[in-house]
Amino acid sequence: MSSPSANGRELTFGEAIKEALAEELRRDPRVFMLGEDIAEAGTTFKVLNGLVEEFGPERILDTPISEPGFTGLAVGAAMTGLRPVVDIMFGDFSGLIMDQIMNQAAKIHYMSGGKLKVPMVLRTTMGAGRRSAAQHSQSLHAWYSHIPGLKVAVPATPYDAKGLMKTAIRDDSPVIILEDKMMYKTVKGPVPAEEYTIPLGVADIKREGTDITLVATSSMVYVALEAAQLLDEIGVSAEVVDPRTMVPLDKQTLIESAKKTSRAIVIDEGYEQYGVTAELASVIADGAFYYLDAPVKRLGAMNVPIPFSPALEDLTIPNAKQVFEMAKVLCGKN
Amino acid sequence: MADVDREQWLHMYEQMAKIRAFEEQVNELYTSAKMPGLAHLYIGEEAVAVGVCEALRRDDYITSTHRGHGHCLAKGAVLDKMFCELLGKAAGYCRGKGGSMHIADQDTGNLGANAIVGGSAAIATGAAFSSKRLGNGRVAICFFGEGALGQGVLYESMNMAQLWKLPVVYVCENNLYNEYTHHSESTAGSMKARAEAFGILAVEVNGQNVGEVHEAAQQLIARARRGDGPAFLLCHTYRYHGHHVGDISRAYYRSKDEEQEWKTNRDPLQSLKDWLTANGMADAGIFEQIERSVADEVSVAVNYALNAPFPAPEEVSQHVFA
Repeated sequence: MSSPSANGRELTFGEAIKEALAEELRRDPRVFMLGEDIAEAGTTFKVLNGLVEEFGPERILDTPISEPGFTGLAVGAAMTGLRPVVDIMFGDFSGLIMDQIMNQAAKIHYMSGGKLKVPMVLRTTMGAGRRSAAQHSQSLHAWYSHIPGLKVAVPATPYDAKGLMKTAIRDDSPVIILEDKMMYKTVKGPVPAEEYTIPLGVADIKREGTDITLVATSSMVYVALEAAQLLDEIGVSAEVVDPRTMVPLDKQTLIESAKKTSRAIVIDEGYEQYGVTAELASVIADGAFYYLDAPVKRLGAMNVPIPFSPALEDLTIPNAKQVFEMAKVLCGKN
Repeated sequence: MADVDREQWLHMYEQMAKIRAFEEQVNELYTSAKMPGLAHLYIGEEAVAVGVCEALRRDDYITSTHRGHGHCLAKGAVLDKMFCELLGKAAGYCRGKGGSMHIADQDTGNLGANAIVGGSAAIATGAAFSSKRLGNGRVAICFFGEGALGQGVLYESMNMAQLWKLPVVYVCENNLYNEYTHHSESTAGSMKARAEAFGILAVEVNGQNVGEVHEAAQQLIARARRGDGPAFLLCHTYRYHGHHVGDISRAYYRSKDEEQEWKTNRDPLQSLKDWLTANGMADAGIFEQIERSVADEVSVAVNYALNAPFPAPEEVSQHVFA
């Protein structure tokens, strides 16, 4: 795992994101934020509290409830000299903004033969577990990753979230960052006070191991780490690899890890059907075929709209026990 | 008519004649199978693009539509790069990657033609947002057809533009038809009132009269530049050809008589000619001279483009990311 020397300094996932935004807002006057209830309210998740006090309502801009309108406005602003960071409260609202993102933001640089640039960041949320039901719980990073021209990050730790956000804001292409809403307050980790960035397209090995590779994204990194703990108890050493960005994708690190361990499971909170797990599993199967002792397996969210009832919702998200059982079978330990 | 001198009138005539000659050449390229893709001709609507763009600075922004050749040329695009783009050649405005429906040119403030109806409403509004924030005095023009009045993002954009007093003018080209459907079947209520509901100043003009378009555009653009906020310019116009070049059998949605009436009695080039002649500012010789020189320019440009090389294969994966 990339180990930040934070000298004991710890931030929550939400605090790390806010710190990244504040630093970039201070560094570059072209950066501004726009979204619903982001100023005084600090967003529904209270992640941005305090930014409007420092930067004012011109740079932390509350918009009408018009996701396509203000996302498209950001595209135009990005093309003409500003660097907007758009806040889309719930990733589920991606359906509303998709034309602005997939037909405009993603394509303008290419369609113009490189003449126009769209240096914008879209922050939105992903993840179930909040009892928010089917329209507020989806993880739609596969949608964005499907469209050429978009870079897509799914940070799992406060350290990664801060470093990737800062890089995203400085990138000249549109970058989508999906933040797991369950992690804002619950996940805490080391974040150095000194300036740092993390390049897009570099995976991180969150735990070293020798017997099986668990590729995990966003909150599933914690599920994989928990499963690795359980596997340890039965003598199986699991390596946990976090791609950190879906696009660009660090294929090499995934493949090298699978070559080393000869087995792999991919775990992601997006719907399993036609999802991120399929893509990553295919990369490993293709790149490490002759080193594998078992087929690459995958675990995504169940292919159902996320239910409200806690008794049902929890069943839809991959958990450590499932990963553990699957790994046991792959390693011949059942 | 607007406060315009003889030289400017003739310049506007030349611009309109250039768009028409370009479009006629496009029609020929398309029907002779030399041009790939689609061609949506602007013939008949020239006075709108020229009347508006003539009131702009070079660094002002425009966004355009899938029927965008006229807007691009009126904003200052050059013929050879236009033809190259339409033919998918490397020397085109977008290195052949955009084509007819996506021409963009940062040097003339053209943020791009857009093949999604209403697709640039928010982009133009964002450009106006930048202009205001950066204090550079630029105005953004958002060209769209009346079909875009059915798109919600236009109203979201107008709402924000008026709330934040952004320097953007929404120019609606009502050519009567949303593709193959008359606007009366798609658009309820008053077109103008849709902008007025946001408190946006809305002005309605005869889009076949370049002087009328230009005068209104000048006022609305000056007002936007002063910081007085957005405006809506509704231009009544007509496309002589079909929705696209292949739309030949049009009888099921509009009559030949109607087409003939607009072409004969409401043609923007002929109207300007007649008016300038009646006012003693020009004669037939001047118009012939302009038309001849425009035809020569078009012919040189199209020959250049026909002989220009296609992009190299390695360009296919360039410009995905900036």
